[in-house]
Amino acid sequence: MASVTMRNIRKVYDNTVEVIKGVDLEVQDGEFMVFVGPSGCGKSTMMRMIAGLEDITDGELLIGDRVANDLPPVDRGVAMVFQSYALYPHMTVAENMGFGLKLAGSSKAEIAEIVGKAAEILHITNLLDRRPKALSGGQRQRVAIGRAIVRKPGVFLFDEPLSNLDANLRVQMRVELTKLHKELGSTMIYVTHDQTEAMTMGDRIAVFNRGIVEQVGPPMELYHNPVNTFVAEFLGSPKMNLLPIKWTRNGDEACIEVGGCTIPWNGNGHGPLGSVSDDLLLGVRPEHFDVFDSGDTNGSIAAKVEVAERLGDIVLLYLKVPGIEQTLAVKVPEEGHLWQRGATVTLRPRDKTAMLFTKAGPRVS
Amino acid sequence: MTTTKSQPSQARRERFARLGQYALHTVLVIFFLFPLLFLFVSALKGDELQLLKDMGSLNAFVPYGDISLKNFSHVISGSNFKTAFFNSLLTVSLTVILGVLINSMLAYALARFKFKGRDFLLSVIVALIIIPFEAIAVPLLLLVNELPWVNGEIGWLDSYHVQIIPFIAHAFSIYLFYQFFIALPKDLEEAALMDGANRLRIYWSIVMPLSKPVIATVAVLQFLSRWGDLLWPVMAVRGDTFATLPLAMQSFFGQYPRHWGDVMAFAAMATLPTLMIFVIFQRWFVRSAVSSGIKG
Repeated sequence: MASVTMRNIRKVYDNTVEVIKGVDLEVQDGEFMVFVGPSGCGKSTMMRMIAGLEDITDGELLIGDRVANDLPPVDRGVAMVFQSYALYPHMTVAENMGFGLKLAGSSKAEIAEIVGKAAEILHITNLLDRRPKALSGGQRQRVAIGRAIVRKPGVFLFDEPLSNLDANLRVQMRVELTKLHKELGSTMIYVTHDQTEAMTMGDRIAVFNRGIVEQVGPPMELYHNPVNTFVAEFLGSPKMNLLPIKWTRNGDEACIEVGGCTIPWNGNGHGPLGSVSDDLLLGVRPEHFDVFDSGDTNGSIAAKVEVAERLGDIVLLYLKVPGIEQTLAVKVPEEGHLWQRGATVTLRPRDKTAMLFTKAGPRVS
Repeated sequence: MTTTKSQPSQARRERFARLGQYALHTVLVIFFLFPLLFLFVSALKGDELQLLKDMGSLNAFVPYGDISLKNFSHVISGSNFKTAFFNSLLTVSLTVILGVLINSMLAYALARFKFKGRDFLLSVIVALIIIPFEAIAVPLLLLVNELPWVNGEIGWLDSYHVQIIPFIAHAFSIYLFYQFFIALPKDLEEAALMDGANRLRIYWSIVMPLSKPVIATVAVLQFLSRWGDLLWPVMAVRGDTFATLPLAMQSFFGQYPRHWGDVMAFAAMATLPTLMIFVIFQRWFVRSAVSSGIKG
């Protein structure tokens, strides 16, 4: 096991394109850290730099207490599971898993023993004599993980390992990887663009955007306390609703005007009235709205139902608020309500769930 | 109604198309197979007079009359065939083996390493493909005539190495390997890097085992071009000691009185290894030729 410390890491291609713009991050010993972000945000490049597959332009990378900037991949004590699995097609499963050990000079008996143990952990003992082309996607994934395990690395690196699997298998492998982390207790860094994987698997999440880390923290902390609109929108499905608002005052109460309706700020009427400008966005997660059939819009937002998606246990409502361009997503429990298209409903954000952001992105505290 | 009417006419059209295809295949097979049939049948005809008489008719393709292996034994006992066959086998095998290794290594470096002048080198290699050997044969002869060898002698003429070394590096082979290597997934090589393999190990243990189709293509192409080459042996080899099959056959063909049966037997035995190599590697060769877009 080992910690991974990144100090002001930068990556520039051809002296012009800066992909990683100074990342400071510490992955603790035994931690499951998830790098999440949209395509092209630099998360995979960051992982490849840790693996030693990309040079580090600037900054310092420590694996354990060793500076690893110039160490070859094999000396870093890391193992990587690739998105494509990268199994050697001309070798059997056992040969694939034992290739690294063979290169390290282990004896045949030693290799067979270590490979056998790893195969047992991953339930692939019966596949050891097969070639990769005779395996299903899930089995290939296990072999790829097995190849990483046998090297007993200090740090496991996973580069979007589940993205080639079908939805059911992905859920199953997600659970198994989490269990594996608990069993092995190793440091794991996992790259994904899937926020569900990030939320369910990671001890902590680092949200990448355009070469920087926007926020690092435990999944639920990021979910409930995003530092900016990017993190707020990236985590959660459907994404957080961001509505343009104006501050107003009703006597001593702080209120917000949204879609032509005036509602008290966070229910209690107190808010950072004096300290913020009008150029704000109200952030409310889809599940944090209370929806009422109709009635008095005082203190609520009036909206029209555009689409209702029934998912069995919940209903996703897509609503239109007059004067606001974007469609609101609202999650309500399935209670047999019809939710007819064009019907008027009123919405009210639950107390203390709404957040304020400036239009530039940062959260207003 | 329209559907039921159109179905038989479509089926008829398909049948005609298939018949046309078979007819074309048959013509092509005849075109390529009959010279070989003529060669082998003539080589088996022991009676020289009958052979000469048959040459003007379709009987040339029919094995009849005095059928024996007489001509073959004449060739083996009365010519330089055995030495020439050994020389051909040795020079061509070494050229092909060393060619596969060295051309693939260069192609791998071009496909995977970043170094100054890489693009220029690649352009030069592509440009070299279009230069025919005939254009460089004389300068090459002058060059090898001046080169020293390990025993201290100057000049490589009349030796095995003069028939091997100049043909190891082969621009078209490098290009074929390069095209194949750039299409190989980089992930495999990166996985091997993570496993602790160095570049040479990756080339040998990962890249080459996955390159069997292109290795077969390069081997067959180089084998064919070297096995049948007459120009260079004529220029660089004197006497029988280092003569390869084409050169030996030319000498044999030039002897009088000329026995066509023996000539055909010599040619048949010289052709057999080529046919065998092609039949053995045909599957890989066709696959690689299709994938690399080369024409046969």
